[in-house]
Amino acid sequence: MLELERVSRHFGGVRAVDGLDLKVRDGEIVGLIGPNGSGKSTTVNLVTGLFSLTSGQIRFRGQDIAPLPTHMRLQGGIARTFQNIRLFGQLTVWQNLWVAQNSPADRAKRGFFSRWLGGQSGVRDEIVSLLEFSGLAHKQDELASNLAFGEQRRLELARAMATKPKLLLLDEPAAGMNSEEIGQLRERILKLRERGLTILLVEHVMELVMGVTDRIAVLNFGQKIAEGTPAEIQKDAAVRKAYLGGDAAAAEGGS
Amino acid sequence: MEFYFGLAQTIGIHTLLGLSAYIILLTGQMSLAQAAFYAIGAYVSGMLTVLWGWHIVPAMFAGAALGAAAAAAVGFPALRVKGLMLVIATLAFGEGVRLFFFNFDYQVQKGNIKVGPLGGEGFRQIRYFPENGWTSDEVMLFVWVFVILVMAMIWWFDRSRYGSVLRAVGDDELAAQSVGINLTAVKVSAMAIGGAVAGLAGSLYAHYTTHIEHLAFGVLQSVFAIAYPIIGGLASVFGTLAAVIFVQGFLVEGLRFLGDWRNLLFGLLIIVAMVVRPNGFLDGQMLRNFKRWFGIRSRNA
Repeated sequence: MLELERVSRHFGGVRAVDGLDLKVRDGEIVGLIGPNGSGKSTTVNLVTGLFSLTSGQIRFRGQDIAPLPTHMRLQGGIARTFQNIRLFGQLTVWQNLWVAQNSPADRAKRGFFSRWLGGQSGVRDEIVSLLEFSGLAHKQDELASNLAFGEQRRLELARAMATKPKLLLLDEPAAGMNSEEIGQLRERILKLRERGLTILLVEHVMELVMGVTDRIAVLNFGQKIAEGTPAEIQKDAAVRKAYLGGDAAAAEGGS
Repeated sequence: MEFYFGLAQTIGIHTLLGLSAYIILLTGQMSLAQAAFYAIGAYVSGMLTVLWGWHIVPAMFAGAALGAAAAAAVGFPALRVKGLMLVIATLAFGEGVRLFFFNFDYQVQKGNIKVGPLGGEGFRQIRYFPENGWTSDEVMLFVWVFVILVMAMIWWFDRSRYGSVLRAVGDDELAAQSVGINLTAVKVSAMAIGGAVAGLAGSLYAHYTTHIEHLAFGVLQSVFAIAYPIIGGLASVFGTLAAVIFVQGFLVEGLRFLGDWRNLLFGLLIIVAMVVRPNGFLDGQMLRNFKRWFGIRSRNA
């Protein structure tokens, strides 16, 4: 589904992402973890095209997407959520989902002729089902900026879904959530997988990452230091060192 | 009576000018070139009716089309720059267009007089209405038919998905791109619509006043154009209309008896209006209240 090959992005002298190789296969949920500033969000921005590559290649479904502008990548089936929620505050919940319907299928439905032939109806049903999926049906006419924090997170996920993605990039979806909300988020992510989505989950909250992912890649200083199943990662010495610092890992090992 | 006719037409034309800026402001851009598109519409349609004897309606559409083309042409390169840089870029373009018309001579002998634009002297004798025997009632009706048509069109755009897309871009460009919205297409199309509406306003203005000159198309006119939607609020097109009535009907004409004090009060009242209604006369909350009072349900898809 998604292949990153020796991907680098440097900001001046800072190597935010440095020679990263990463593969996400169809239907997988892959976790991307690492300490603050290790290049996780930069990786998401490289895949969606908000940053350009310094070097390397990104392929999505076999196609090199590096030359495509952001909106074309999104229309091609890559959707994302943001670490700091970015909704359209002056639009209602309904309108937030409405403007996100930019997949080729939806664009065809909105074509001049199909509009008069009643092709619009499917568009409406999808918004209704997304609202139900996110538990926001009763808030559909509320302005997005008036929603509570958890609702905003749910709306952002629903908005990403409205673009009909094949690959979903979740940038710290659990940030600021309590453990009950994290449990609901986990259910929701697993449901998305059942719908056939491939997910790249960038997250700090281990409770979530360890519970839902098939594989985890660990970044530190822009480089991948480990990759494996959640169980393998939990035992990995390099990962412990990155998170806990050299001495702490040694001390824990010694006790 | 003539006075009220004149005022009504000024309000109509300025409403169009305000709406031309309204649709661009929705995308979060600020254009100080609205007076330039207004000037292009005025000169082009005036030349078509006076020099080449066109009917006024096709001449107006030609003026609007050229206004749109100019706006799209400014929009493309200007979109590479953002925020204040865009303001400066459009300001420079607007002044460029004004200076072009300041130096633009194209006169043709018609009967025993020469007609056509003559540089700093302006373009006189745009006498389409009197020559064709239109009464002032008919002229006023004509102007307001277009004002209402354009208002209805922009109101409809605003309610459609396109309007939500414009507002989405105005809210957060990064998020808009990230849901697959093509920023360039949205911004350039909004500029083009704004340019067309300003061009239409210009062509009505030219034929109504019968005499245009470069001074009428300076920066101040552009400032007025963006001031109306900002004072009126960006929640609805009716805010712009309310602001034009307030500024032209009350501040400019209603306070004329104050003489020189008017200008002082004018500035003060605008400041007061902005303090009392920081999001414009007709902000989102007010609009929802109105809808509730009148039992209008918001529409989905």
